[in-house]
Amino acid sequence: MAVRVQAEDFDVSAEIATLRKDNPRIGAIASFIGVVRDLNEGDSVAEMTLEHYPGMTEKSVEEIIMQARGSWQVMDALVIHRIGTLKPLDQIVLVVVTSAHRGDAFAACEFIMDFLKTRAPFWKKEQTGKGARWVDARAADDAAAERWQKQGE
Amino acid sequence: MITLLYFARLREAFGMASERIVLSADTRTLEGVRTMLAARGGAWAHELTAGRAFRAAVNQSIASGDTPIKDGDEVAFFPPVTGG
Repeated sequence: MAVRVQAEDFDVSAEIATLRKDNPRIGAIASFIGVVRDLNEGDSVAEMTLEHYPGMTEKSVEEIIMQARGSWQVMDALVIHRIGTLKPLDQIVLVVVTSAHRGDAFAACEFIMDFLKTRAPFWKKEQTGKGARWVDARAADDAAAERWQKQGE
Repeated sequence: MITLLYFARLREAFGMASERIVLSADTRTLEGVRTMLAARGGAWAHELTAGRAFRAAVNQSIASGDTPIKDGDEVAFFPPVTGG
């Protein structure tokens, strides 16, 4: 299990190769890559800056991965989140989950991403034609995270 | 003394990223710290009222108003998160 917060871009193929190296028990690898769009709330976005809470970020994402491990058969998981200034087309976040079977890999990957969006202390500030603005938290993200709790009831 | 950290919109509104303050004798919870800060008026009162969207963490775990605060704690205030 690894959580990395970094300014540098990441190489998805290289990260997956490292995560599955020499482990023939892995039968499924699910990954999610979040990328920067050039449009948000109807305005064109030239670039965005991501800040985070060092220490709490790593701790909260590790807790989310531990929760996923408690619900699904997960062999390993990797989360990389970038910070600093990013432009449209740039990769922001990577979640990779390895498992014996696809069902567990898909579910755990989606669960980690949904909770990362609502629990991990990252904040985005967008640069648009109308000036700079902090991105508001979306109710849709809260709903996506809550749906896992309903499934668990 | 406790360490206070502010992030994103709150850091900009308060004009600082962190500070250290002495807890008054009757401040024992996160709600107490919020009340102390809001009493400064201006942006502090505006941002840290019940109607505004903000979150808080104590020692890097999400906390609520009744979370106990003690000397040496790290208390952070920030807007709802928007990563991913």
